[in-house]
Amino acid sequence: MNALDLILWGIAPYLALTVFVLGHVWRYRYDKFGWTTRSSQLYESRLLRVGSPLFHFGVLMVLLGHVGGLVVPKSWTEAAGVSEEMYHVVAVVLGTVAGVCTLAGLAILIYRRRTVGPVFIATTRNDKLMYAMLALTLVLGLSATVVANVLGGGYDYRTTISPWFRSVFAFQPEISLMAGAPLLFQLHALSALALFAVWPFTRLVHMLTAPIGYLTRPYVVYRSRDLGGERGTRPARRGWEPAGPPRR
Amino acid sequence: MTRVMAQLAMVMNLDKCIGCHTCSVTCKQTWTNRAGTEYVWFNNVETRPGQGYPRTYQDQEKWQGGWELDRRGRLRLKAGGRLRKLLTIFANPVMPSIQDYYEPWTYDYDRLFSAPVQDSTPVARPRSLISGEPTKITWSANWDDNLAGGPELAPSDPILKRMSEQVTLDFERAFMFYLPRICEHCLNPSCVASCPSGAMYKRSEDGIVLVDQDRCRGWRMCVTGCPYKKVYFNHKTGKAEKCTFCYPRVEVGLPTVCSETCVGRLRYLGVLLYDADRVTEAATVPDEKDLFEAHKNVLLDPNDPDVVAAARRDGIPEDWLEAARRSPIHKLIFDFGVALPLHPEFRTLPMVWYIPPLSPVVDALANTGHDGEEAGNLFGAIDALRIPVEYLAELFTAGDPEPVRAVLRRLAAMRSYMRRINLGRPRKESIATAVGMTGEKIEEMHRLLAIAAYDERYVIPKAHAEQGARLEELATGCSLDYEGGPGMSGPFGEASGRPRPVAVETFHALKERQESGALVDPEERAGRVNLLNWDGKGLPDGLFPNRKKES
Ligand code: HEM
Ligand code: SF4
Ligand code: SF4
Repeated sequence: MNALDLILWGIAPYLALTVFVLGHVWRYRYDKFGWTTRSSQLYESRLLRVGSPLFHFGVLMVLLGHVGGLVVPKSWTEAAGVSEEMYHVVAVVLGTVAGVCTLAGLAILIYRRRTVGPVFIATTRNDKLMYAMLALTLVLGLSATVVANVLGGGYDYRTTISPWFRSVFAFQPEISLMAGAPLLFQLHALSALALFAVWPFTRLVHMLTAPIGYLTRPYVVYRSRDLGGERGTRPARRGWEPAGPPRR
Repeated sequence: MTRVMAQLAMVMNLDKCIGCHTCSVTCKQTWTNRAGTEYVWFNNVETRPGQGYPRTYQDQEKWQGGWELDRRGRLRLKAGGRLRKLLTIFANPVMPSIQDYYEPWTYDYDRLFSAPVQDSTPVARPRSLISGEPTKITWSANWDDNLAGGPELAPSDPILKRMSEQVTLDFERAFMFYLPRICEHCLNPSCVASCPSGAMYKRSEDGIVLVDQDRCRGWRMCVTGCPYKKVYFNHKTGKAEKCTFCYPRVEVGLPTVCSETCVGRLRYLGVLLYDADRVTEAATVPDEKDLFEAHKNVLLDPNDPDVVAAARRDGIPEDWLEAARRSPIHKLIFDFGVALPLHPEFRTLPMVWYIPPLSPVVDALANTGHDGEEAGNLFGAIDALRIPVEYLAELFTAGDPEPVRAVLRRLAAMRSYMRRINLGRPRKESIATAVGMTGEKIEEMHRLLAIAAYDERYVIPKAHAEQGARLEELATGCSLDYEGGPGMSGPFGEASGRPRPVAVETFHALKERQESGALVDPEERAGRVNLLNWDGKGLPDGLFPNRKKES
């Protein structure tokens, strides 16, 4: 274990996760007004209606896949009678399908961002950075899977990366496990860490407020004048510029 | 009677609307003169027949707004229930695009000054406020104003489409009127029901429907949910905004800006009491034509001692009960029976009602050379002229002509009864009894409708501090809270720290700031007129530049 490994697999994950958690807390308290999907559907619907569901359903499947692959220990699935081969085939097939959907959706969304005039103008530098990191993470993840499993003989990340992942949360990072993983997996993990670190500062925060509560709350919400709740402390100015043609 | 609640409501007397759009402009100046809300008209005035704003919004087969009954007769959102909403949240299947409203624009005014000397006069070309590109203006919030483009545009009116072909043709010659519209502040608001994050709410004290800007996450389902298309999406902030019923004004007893500035003085504001537990039941009656009556049944009589007792039990303050007894809205709906709800068939139980216009009938009558003020003629015409009545019925009573006819007959009776008085002839009680009223009542109605004294039009009780823990309107979270104006300051100078909520006190601070001139970026003050704290007397602050003080 050298110093670089220690920094990459023993320290960086904690930095990224700390920023992820504290960043969300800070953003929620400071900038509730900025906490939105900033939907661009008013400008354009046709491409969005294909790209956005494709991307979102894909990415949610990918997230689920990661939970399954990284969090659930191999011994558990084996105890449940799932053999390595079976697991592997299912994971690779589902993972590739989800990954391809996500990537295709993302491609449509980025194409739309770039080519539809009003959407392009409404794209901030922050959005661009977010798209770059999102795309990089996705491409690396998908290529790691494809290279290792389809072209190569298969790579059982559940004996290296997954235990490392869990060890991070146990505050006993097993750095050597990750240091020995193939390069593409390492790069994917690093770009994901970077993505988590910028997450709270981008529009991706909308994921954390996914409106699950809607399923159970009564339709009509009554609220008294004085039950305001805490509001963001940011003196929100966005949206209060005087009207005028958008600046390019 | 189980749960009494109070509701601020409005009635508009359409006969008096001259279509001047003052209400729209003053509303815009107050609430939506910002980037991102260029296309947003909390108040708009549409010519009927016409397509409305956004185009053809009334066609719910297309726009899926409001509620409907499912096969088992239960109420459900027309655009789909909770699960369906969440599954289609990534791209809303029926959201109107900016083209369904219009692409807002400005002009290259600068060219008028910066163009080099040349033979031809320089032109300020239109430029889209959405894409920033030069644009061709092909539609606006009022493109079909006064039946402009009538034969081409009016046939797309969803109401006309529901009427028969032959009617359409006659009708273009026969009649036109204006329909000013704001949010209906519905008793059963489908916008609130459609909001996945629960950011939209109905205020329990006064029934005003608001969007909490801090909780809105931009899922933009409310835009689809509202059948009147009165929730707009601010494309700069990514949050929904809607008519606020000028809550900072009505909380201190001032009428809304649209009412205050209405040239025709046709808007009435007042309190209604209703039974919140009967709302769903009323919205669920099977036959659309019964919705109007069912809606009226939800509203309670403020003079009934049982109602008063229940209202006290439910914490409605005395002055609100007093205001409910004096409410012009209650009088217009119940005592005079001339106000009707807009599109009850959307099942949201709207709370901005209308007195349908008699003028189309009078005009048609006068065109045929008859005396349009004579009761007999008018009654006959109301019965004979199927077209205006059918159209009005599609707007106000889900197609049932009888209630519309009854209202028009009352208005006609008032007209001829009062004319006789004007001409110095004896009062003719039989005109009043023919429409189930008394002469006295007709004169009272005439006073409210024609003389329309300020304090009879607006009976607005002030908000109660003791109902809320704090005096300032914290919960309301409307867009105005974010203005740099109302006294924000903090450790890092102006505009740092916590935003202060909107309240009367902060309006005074705003006023001082506007007048003092110091320490404020002149860029920021340019073109900002604040009508919100204008009481209708004198000039609004900031409408004209401050006089330079001689030093
Ligand atoms: C279950 C939770 C989620 C919900 C309900 C959700 C919903 C939405 C909605 C409504 C939009 C706005 C689309 C529009 O009208 O323009 C959006 C945009 C977006 N979401 Fe999500 N999202 C979720 C999770 C995620 C996740 C996990 C990611 C990424 C890892 C993500 C990435 C994005 C991106 C990049 C956009 C911008 C699309 C564009 O306009 O180009 N979302 N999301
Ligand atoms: S009219 Fe107003 S209260 Fe009614 S559904 Fe539309 S936005 Fe909501
Ligand atoms: S200000 Fe009054 S008269 Fe003028 S358009 Fe509006 S409602 Fe009609």
